[in-house]
Amino acid sequence: MIENILNIIRSPWPWYVSGPLIGLMVPALLYFGKSLGVSGSFRDICSVSMPNSKVEFIKSNKWKENPWNLFFLAGIFIGGFITYNFLMSPKINLFPLEFYSLKGAIILIIGGFLVGFGSRYAGGCTSGHGITGLSTLQLPSLFAIISFFIGGFIALFLTDFIINLI
Amino acid sequence: MGNIKYLIAGLIFGIIITKAEVVSWFRIQDMFRFKDPYMFLILGSAVITGAISVLIIKKFKINNFYGEAIVIPKKKFNKGYIFGGIIFGMGWFLSGLCPGPMAALIGAGYLPVIFAFIAALLGTYTYSFFRNKLPH
Repeated sequence: MIENILNIIRSPWPWYVSGPLIGLMVPALLYFGKSLGVSGSFRDICSVSMPNSKVEFIKSNKWKENPWNLFFLAGIFIGGFITYNFLMSPKINLFPLEFYSLKGAIILIIGGFLVGFGSRYAGGCTSGHGITGLSTLQLPSLFAIISFFIGGFIALFLTDFIINLI
Repeated sequence: MGNIKYLIAGLIFGIIITKAEVVSWFRIQDMFRFKDPYMFLILGSAVITGAISVLIIKKFKINNFYGEAIVIPKKKFNKGYIFGGIIFGMGWFLSGLCPGPMAALIGAGYLPVIFAFIAALLGTYTYSFFRNKLPH
């Protein structure tokens, strides 16, 4: 019986199961007094690791009173570990081998920097604006999401153009 | 319970996004190149489910865990949503990563993602440093 349930969980989930489950995280977090979002935790980590920082945005962050973002981020990390090692059969590759290289690391550093800079500048990321913001019908989040895609398409055209040149 | 409930919520979210493969670099590529409607179906059905849930919360005036009325924080628009959004989108395509998937993939053992994660922290710090000089 338990084995049967585990087998269902381990097999790939169709979009109409995964999508609504992601959506249900919105009311789940509202019930616990928070609104779903991940990128806020990056600011918390900055504040934690630089307690004497003079930068106002880092200093004014009240992470000690409200560290939930950090716990949530740690949970995602553990969730990724458990899923990939125990709840995925067949195991699906999620990240290309090409990134295990110097060139890959450079692309990840540039991309990651833009993600960290941009998400805080935009006041949220895919979860905060894309899932929470749109679910709660907030127009500013729609503008943010449209901008995410505009940025993605700019990067796509730029990289494809450069690759074609080489 | 305290903060442990948020750790558990994150754990469940991490399991769902990994199972949904929205953490997959390949899925993000296919999304931006319009090769596969999968990501749009996921995002669409997530938003519809979330929106219906929020309507139910409002309609039945459901209280939260602490017995208080549920308040949805309003997002106040500023130009940063556009400028920051475009910068975020470029990074999202280049690395194939956004903040949630970064954590899930490092947990799954894709170690190069640590580079992106540390760079994202530096990016957040850099934004914080220049915040007063940037148009909002």
